Amino acid sequence: MKAVEIHNIYKSYKEVKALSGINLQVKKGELFGLIGPDGAGKTSLIRILATLLYPDEGQASIFGWDTIDEFREIRKIAGYMPGRFSLYQDLSVEENLNFYASIFGTTIKENYHLIKDIYQQIEPFKKRLAGRLSGGMKQKLALSCALIHKPDILFLDEPTTGVDAVSRKEFWEILKSLEQVGITIIVSTPYMDEAELCDRVALMQQGRLLDVDTPANIIGKYDHDLYAVESKTLHRLIKDLRTFDKTTSAFPFGDTVHLATNETFRRQELDKFLSGKGHENITIKPIEPGIEDCFMNLMRRQNDQ
Amino acid sequence: MKRFLAFVKKEIQHIFRDTRTMLILFGIPIAQILIFGYVVKNDVKDVQIAVYDQSKDEYTRQLTNKLTSSGYFNLNRELKSMKNIDRIFKEGEVKLVVVYENNFSKKLHGENNAAVQLIADASDPNRANLITNYSAAIIRDFVKEEFNIDQLPFQINSEVRMLYNQNLASVFMFVPGTMALILMLVSAMMTSISIAREKELGTMENLLVSPLRPTQIVIGKVTPYVLLSIINAITILILGVFVFGLPIRGSLTLLMLESVLFITLSLSLGIFISTMSPNQQVAMFISLFALMLPTLLLSGFIFPIENMPRVLQWISVIMPPKYFIVILKNIMLKGTGLAFVWKETLILGAMTTVFIILSVKKFKLRLE
Repeated sequence: MKAVEIHNIYKSYKEVKALSGINLQVKKGELFGLIGPDGAGKTSLIRILATLLYPDEGQASIFGWDTIDEFREIRKIAGYMPGRFSLYQDLSVEENLNFYASIFGTTIKENYHLIKDIYQQIEPFKKRLAGRLSGGMKQKLALSCALIHKPDILFLDEPTTGVDAVSRKEFWEILKSLEQVGITIIVSTPYMDEAELCDRVALMQQGRLLDVDTPANIIGKYDHDLYAVESKTLHRLIKDLRTFDKTTSAFPFGDTVHLATNETFRRQELDKFLSGKGHENITIKPIEPGIEDCFMNLMRRQNDQ
Repeated sequence: MKRFLAFVKKEIQHIFRDTRTMLILFGIPIAQILIFGYVVKNDVKDVQIAVYDQSKDEYTRQLTNKLTSSGYFNLNRELKSMKNIDRIFKEGEVKLVVVYENNFSKKLHGENNAAVQLIADASDPNRANLITNYSAAIIRDFVKEEFNIDQLPFQINSEVRMLYNQNLASVFMFVPGTMALILMLVSAMMTSISIAREKELGTMENLLVSPLRPTQIVIGKVTPYVLLSIINAITILILGVFVFGLPIRGSLTLLMLESVLFITLSLSLGIFISTMSPNQQVAMFISLFALMLPTLLLSGFIFPIENMPRVLQWISVIMPPKYFIVILKNIMLKGTGLAFVWKETLILGAMTTVFIILSVKKFKLRLE
């Protein structure tokens, strides 16, 4: 049996289409990532799976339980961590954890082994009110609360948004270790670099799935030559690169521009083109594509259709 | 059951950690009952009067003395002419002017008839009425004592007795009213806000995805407030009895049971409001404007329902505090038992049932 099965789900809020025809399956024990920018429909999809929203059309099931008719069964076995920090700010760390343990009919002691690695990091502050924790610690507490009843499946809605780089890294290590215990994890994130940490990912854009595969396969499907181009004036560089006749696409990527091309060309040719436009300190390096390049490529293709 | 207790414990922690909540729960009721009891009074006491005495003889002096020694009136000033009356009323301090005509004693002895004019500031009509009634009564008394008019043939003396509130103390009216108002506001507002807060802060999402049932969430929310409201009711009663001398002539047990019924009703109303409010602001707004104003104005607390226009009388029928105030007055002042208030009790019970059913039906198991 699949952990998650989604058939042709549609969801819209008044005029806005949040999800248009999502089909997806997640295997048991997978660490599955929903990757996409804000407004892609990740939160809506997770809420539908967590039995918090009705889809307009289509149906979904978690371990065979229907999210609409058998939601009570799902609520017993699922852990959910909303995108916005939503624990009780006026209760202490320990009180929050105790509360969530007892409403699921368990105790901290019973499942301590499951949260030990995470909880140990915040345990020194267990008397502190949850509202006074730092962003990273809040997320760790929220994850502990979502885990305390030993769920079979865990829904995490953008758990690393607004968290510093070190805490993000720690958080993903925790997710990896939970996968070892056999918990199926569905995690959404707008950070493309985190996609590579998942077993499989679904790339989402405007309520549609662009692709669903392992990160390696997605990168393997990339069919352009890719270069990182730099010069002194980044903004003008993008514009000028888009007028170059061999360019398929040019997107900013940190301090550089990622240039995708269809035909091979000699680097001097581009160098000359850019110097002609008045650019200085030009560097052109061939690079391997990452998930973000693949995402941009898929997105462009969908828009062209 | 364990889950439920954990929920109640969490609620109690919320309440005791929030000074604002504590203030609303305990500060406001006590302040309100004291304010209503001491400040908002219809009683006549120490009213400032002015006297324009044109004859200045034995009788007019005696009469003035009698007025000012009654405790109801204080002599603010003596006037020299009629001209200034308008001006001193506009100053606002003096509420009543007593004018004696010329040759007061002479006329009284000679013609058996002398005139006193009472001029009252009727910008507050109820008060003007009260003041003139009191002063006229004192003057009547005076005449009776001095001249023993009882000798006149065929005189009918009407003797008025005010039952249940001999001194017409307005505290007796305000305490039951305030009690209804406070229980209504505190219970309904606090529960509606506390459920709306879970929605606003997103913690409702976490509660919904847990195996907790809606009834468990709702009853868990309400339980602490039931206990706190009962404490409030007792505090108000103690203040009423010991500070304002309010009697409790009927059964205290019945009184408490009726209070618990009314508290339950207010709480279920609060839950109902919260199911309609997406956030704390809306919940507060609805509680204040949909509950406080009608409770003050349409429950018979301040204005008698019988004097209202028809339409408002109909509206007052659905005001829960109206019935509670009737019950309170009956038990406390008249000392009657359930036999006399069963109708009101039944109505309150029915309203409670309706609101609980509505709220459980409207409680959403999902977001949106």
